[in-house]
This record gives sequence, structure tokens and C-alpha cells, in this order.
Amino acid sequence: MRTALILLLLLGIAAIPGSLFPQRTQNPIQVKQYFVNNPDTARFLDQLSLFDVYGSPWFSAIYLLLFISLIGCVLPRSIEHLKAIGAKPPLTPKYLNQMEHFTEIKSVDLDLIEKYLRKKHFRIRRDAASISAEKGYIRESGNLLFHLSLVLVLIAIGIGSLFGSKGDAILNVGDRFINTPTSYDILGFGKYQAEDSLAPFSITVKEFKAEYDPITNAPLDYTLTVKTANPAGSTEKTEIIKVNKPLTYGSTKIYLQANGYSPVVIVKDKFGKVVFDGPTTFLPQDGNLSSIGAIKVPDMQPQIGFVSSFLPTADRDPIRGGFSSYPEVLDPRLLISIWKGDLGLNTGIPQSVYRIDTSKMERIGLKALALNETYNFNEGSITFTGWKSWVNLQIINDPGKGYALLGAILAISGLLISLFTRQRRIWVKQGEKTQIAGLAKNGIPGLEDEIKSLVKEIGNER
Amino acid sequence: MNDKSAALLSNYFIYSAMAVYTLAFFAHAVEVAWSVKTPAVSVKKTTLDFSRTARVSRLAAAFMILGFALLLIAVVLRGISANRFPLGNMYEFSITGALTFAAAYLFSLKKYKVVWLGLPVSIAILLTLGSAITLLYRPSAPLVPALKSTWLVIHVSAAIISGGVFLLANFIAATYLLMDRYEQKGVRPVWAQKVPSLEALDNLSYRLVALVFPLWSFAVIAGAIWAEAAWGRYWGWDPKETWAFITWVAYAAYLHARITIGWRGRKAAWLCLFAGSTFLFNYVYVNVWGTGRHTYSGL
Ligand code: HEM
Repeated sequence: MRTALILLLLLGIAAIPGSLFPQRTQNPIQVKQYFVNNPDTARFLDQLSLFDVYGSPWFSAIYLLLFISLIGCVLPRSIEHLKAIGAKPPLTPKYLNQMEHFTEIKSVDLDLIEKYLRKKHFRIRRDAASISAEKGYIRESGNLLFHLSLVLVLIAIGIGSLFGSKGDAILNVGDRFINTPTSYDILGFGKYQAEDSLAPFSITVKEFKAEYDPITNAPLDYTLTVKTANPAGSTEKTEIIKVNKPLTYGSTKIYLQANGYSPVVIVKDKFGKVVFDGPTTFLPQDGNLSSIGAIKVPDMQPQIGFVSSFLPTADRDPIRGGFSSYPEVLDPRLLISIWKGDLGLNTGIPQSVYRIDTSKMERIGLKALALNETYNFNEGSITFTGWKSWVNLQIINDPGKGYALLGAILAISGLLISLFTRQRRIWVKQGEKTQIAGLAKNGIPGLEDEIKSLVKEIGNER
Repeated sequence: MNDKSAALLSNYFIYSAMAVYTLAFFAHAVEVAWSVKTPAVSVKKTTLDFSRTARVSRLAAAFMILGFALLLIAVVLRGISANRFPLGNMYEFSITGALTFAAAYLFSLKKYKVVWLGLPVSIAILLTLGSAITLLYRPSAPLVPALKSTWLVIHVSAAIISGGVFLLANFIAATYLLMDRYEQKGVRPVWAQKVPSLEALDNLSYRLVALVFPLWSFAVIAGAIWAEAAWGRYWGWDPKETWAFITWVAYAAYLHARITIGWRGRKAAWLCLFAGSTFLFNYVYVNVWGTGRHTYSGL
């Protein structure tokens, strides 16, 4: 058990760097930023997996070793413990006066002492002139339960990561989502999770309501109303999803993760033909939801891109220029800078949907659009016609979590049992006088008082 | 009473609690100072005579109880002003944390007679409340959506109670190390003679940790259950989670070291201090500088 303990400590220490360096799994943007700011250090850190600590080979190695050592130590101990449960306490030692809490009293009938100890639920080995009594085996049971439960937790984590999936889908109000791999913006599968094993539900986003505190601008409540069916095509029912209240289908849960605005614009070309009409997802930048985004119109000749910001409640001050002063849409503005040239969509390099690589483009205009305002630029026109709210649904399937919870609860129960029971022995030997001594396993205090009250009790009975 | 005046009243009670804890601090100091009896002949023969200070000692304890009561009212009023449990930002965590720390002290005072601990405890409470109301103060406000859950009360109060008790165990372990230092060099200085034996200190900090470790484990598990409901995963190595795990491992190591390997005394006290520091680090670092999702400090 000592090895397991050392490994557990090591796991704790190994977890530290993950909280000091940004992690790809949690904060990919910060990791990129780190690479930009300190490229050399970053590359070095990356070689040590310090941006992926919890998936790194060395972290996994400690984890696996811990797993093996737990099993290796708990199994033999469990067998031994099972044997000990049926067995009698060991023989009374020869010389009690060398043991702890040694006491000598006037000769007392051993039967009386045996009766007393039995009443106190000691296990008894009675020999002609001695009693060996032991109590507190359940301490070891608790201990083993605790360690076995840790093994269960580790297995549950493994099940989750091998057989689960996790993905994000960004949906505008009105959009319909069907749970297939192609519907996701990002989707990760466990090693053994088959692609067609996704629960076959559909979700249509009906309404998203965000309430804010008018004084602090802090969000108070988000309510997402959806129509959903499982499997897709069966009768739909209306469900509400909130931040702390996901929608559940079996081991799959659907969470409301984030929200923002998608401004709607109509773009026409020189001849007045509509080349773009619809919402574009923008990325919120602050608590008042000023958002940035990129409206890309590849179907024009030359291609046109609008590098934009959306301000739900526009405000100005001399230092910051335009900004948003409230997260709700009260007085929206769409700030655009218009670029013409090559959007670079066909280079094969994946591009951020929120940004435009303007290196091969030329800026041909700049404008702040109020609602329903149209701006004519050389190549065509753009009209800001409205906005939609978008929500980010995170859809997670973790078939291991039930076991993890069970393991955690059992672990705590085991821990409580083992921390709050004392295992101890009491020996009684009959000679000219009656000798009493004891042994507290692990040196936990309390035995002395117990022996004192035994002596007192026996003294009273005569 | 409207929400604004309840919040204001709560602040007044915080200030009064601070005043009373200052009195408690002086009473404890006086108790120690006055009980030193130096005979005219030689400074070396200095002894302690607590018969003269029994009254002051009782007064000090009374101040600690009064301070606790005022603090309790302050915390309750803060909750009333926000119409919820006062666990919504770092100011509230800190005053509620100070309250559970004060309660842990009173509990130990009754059970283990730890009047001597009143001096450092009153300083610690003063510092916590002082920094809370000056640096961390935020007006009473509704909760952000992520915190609207019954788990808030379950998870956070379990974490904060554990924190209060861990902190007390740390004070006792630190006292142990200090006393040990003196005894290594010779005898304790007079003012420290009323502090219990090394063995008693050692056992006391162990008992506090053993008592509260299951609650701490529960706080972490409740956090994981909540994280599953709020964030979609029960464990994600978020900085707060990582440090909660480290604290848990450190205390598990401490308990193991004592129980199975039989560490006592100095080594155990250091380990206890280390484990407690990981908790404090989590509270300060992750709330103030930290990243991750677990940042509700409101700073
Ligand atoms: C595995 C999941 C979680 C773990 C391990 C965890 C751990 C902790 C710890 C260690 C504390 C104690 C105070 C401190 O050291 O700062 C704490 C407090 C707190 N937790 Fe969690 N937590 C988890 C999930 C959550 C979730 C899901 C929420 C809310 C959405 C939450 C909200 C809070 C709040 C508001 C506090 C109060 C004080 C503070 O932030 O310091 N926790 N948690």
C-alpha cells in the first residue's frame, strides 16, 4: 500500500504543471498565444507534453502504475482479510507485562471478563487460563473497500474515455440538429466508440432567452426552449435546457454551453443579385457581448469579406471608440471593414470562421451600420437586416460516469469506516493475579480508557 | 427591511465583529502577559501564574463567542440581502469561511480546551475579514446562471467548512513546530507554557484532519456531480479541480503517514502544513489569478 500511496502522491505532483501552463484540452487559444509569445520555450515545453499534461505519456504511466499497484496490493490483502474474518484472534502472548497498558488486579473470574468482552462485541479466543480478544476488523474491511473503489473509479474513467464521445454544435435560433457526426462543429470519439452509436435524437432550437441584471449587466438566467424527438422523426416534445439542467437521453447529455449573436445581412452584387442572405455566428469578446466575426462571400467576383464587430447596445467614448454597453440588443450596430481579393478558402488550410486572412486582399470600405441600413460599396451592397441568438450545445456521452459515482460513494464510505474504527486487542491472563494488557493497532489512542473501564466494571461486579 | 439596508447592516456587523475580535486579541495577549510572574531576584526564575488571569481568560473566550455571534448575523444578513445563501463571490466565501473557522475554534475550545489558540485565531479572523471587506468586497447581487443550483449550498458549504477546520489544524501544527523548536533549544518561553504538550498538539491536529477529511472528500465529489450537471463532465483537470485533488492527496498522504507508517511529531506537522497550504493556494491563486471555469470570485 505504500507504493500505491507514493504513486498517488506522484500523481498529485504530476498534476501541478497542468494548472500552471495552459492546456490544449481546455484552452487551445492560450496555448497558441504561448507559442506566439515564447516560441522556443513553448516548443521545449511541448516536447515534455506540458500543454497536454493529463494525456501525456508520463501522466498516463503514473496512472497505470497506480492502477496496477492498487490491484497488486489490495487483492492479496482482501484474501487475507477474508481468511481473518473467520479466524480466532491470535494466542495470548507469554509475558503480558511487556505489552501496552499492562495492569494487574486481584484475581477475577475469567468467565465474567469473557462475558463482558462478548457484550462489547469482541471476538474471543478462550484458553484455560487466558483470553485473547480482538475488535475492529471492519477497519480493514473499510480500508479495502476504499482502495477497491478507487480501482472502480479508475476503470470508470477508462470506460468514459474509450467508449464515450463529446462534441459541440453551434445553432442559431430556428436551426435543426440531428445527432449524426456531420452535424457537429467539433466532435471527438473515444477509441472504441463506433461512429453510428450516437443516440439518434433531433433538436430544433425554438427560443433562447437571456436575462441580465440592469445594474451590473451580469447574466441572471438563460433559458433555451427546444423541440426534440428521439429517434428523429418521432413525435417532438418541448423541453427547456438551462445551464445547470441539461437534456438527457440515456448516457448522453445535452448542455447549454455558451451563447452569442449572429447578425443577419443581405449582400448583393453590382447587378443587384442577392449573393448572401443569412446569419453569421459571431464570437463574444466581453460581458456585454460585443462580438467579432467574419462574413465571407466567396461567390462574388472578386471575392468579398467583411471583417466585422457586432455591438448589441452601441455606445461611444473618446478612448475606446465604439463599444457595447449592455448585453441585450437594444441599439445594435454592425461595424464592417470591407475587403476584396482572395479569401483563401481553397488553400486547404483550415480557417477560423471568425477571422479573415486579409494578406491577399485589399480594403475598400469601412462603415458602421445601424439596423436596416444599407451601404453601397464599389462591388455591391450590404444591408444589416437583423440578428439571431446562437447557442453552443455540448453533447456528451459518458457511459462510465455512473460507475465513477458509485466508486466515489463507496470510497467515501470505506474511508469513513476505516478512519473511525479502531482495531485493538485485549489480553487477559489468569495467575495469582489477573493480568490485563492490550495492543492498539496503528497506535490510535483510546485503548487505555477502554481497559480502565473494563477493570472498573469487573471490580464492580464482584 | 429592504435588500440594500440588509447589505449595509451586514457590513456594520462585519465591522463590529472585527472590533470584538480585536478585543479578543488583546484579552488573549493580556492573559499571556499578566500571567508571567518574575520574582525580584532573578529573571530566570520567571513562572506563569494563571490564577491572576483566569478572569481575563474567560473574558477572552466571551469575546470569541460574541465575535462569532456578530459574524453569524453579518453572514445571515448578507444572505437576506441577496435572497440566497451568501456563497456567490469571493467576499462571501471569505466571510462565510471566517465564520466556519471561528466555529471550528469554538468547537475545539469546548472539546479540547484550546484557549491558548485564541491569540493566533483572532488575528487570522481579523486578517480574513479585513481583507475581505477592503479588497474583495462586492455589492450584494444575484447569482450568475452557472451558480443557480442546489449544489451551490451543498458543495460550497462542505468545502468552506473543511477549509475552516483545515486552517485550524494548520495553526495547531504550526504551534507544534514552534514549541518543538523551543524545546529543542531548552525550555519553552514563559508565555508558551500554557500551550499543551507536544503530544497533545500532535494528536489535536490529527484529530481535526481525520474528522474533516471525509467531509472534504464529499465536497470534492459533490463538486464533481455538480460539474457533471453544469459543465458536462465530472472531472476535467480544471485548475480548481487539480488543486482540490492535490489537497485531497496531500491529506490522504498525511493520514496514511500517521496511521500506517506511524509518523508523529515534526514530520507529520510539516506534512499537515503542506496539505493545508495547498488548500489556501487553491483559494487564493485560482480565485484571484487563476484561469479555468471555476472562477466565481467576482473580482
Ligand atoms: C470536479 C469538480 C469540482 C471540484 C473538484 C471543485 C473544488 C472546489 C474546491 C476545492 C473549493 C473550495 C474552495 C477553494 O479552495 O477555493 C470549491 C469551492 C467552490 N466551488 Fe467548486 N469544485 C468543482 C465543481 C464546481 C462547480 C461545477 C461549480 C459551479 C458551477 C463550483 C462552484 C464553486 C464555488 C462557487 C465555490 C466557492 C468558493 C471558491 O470558488 O473558492 N464548483 N470547489
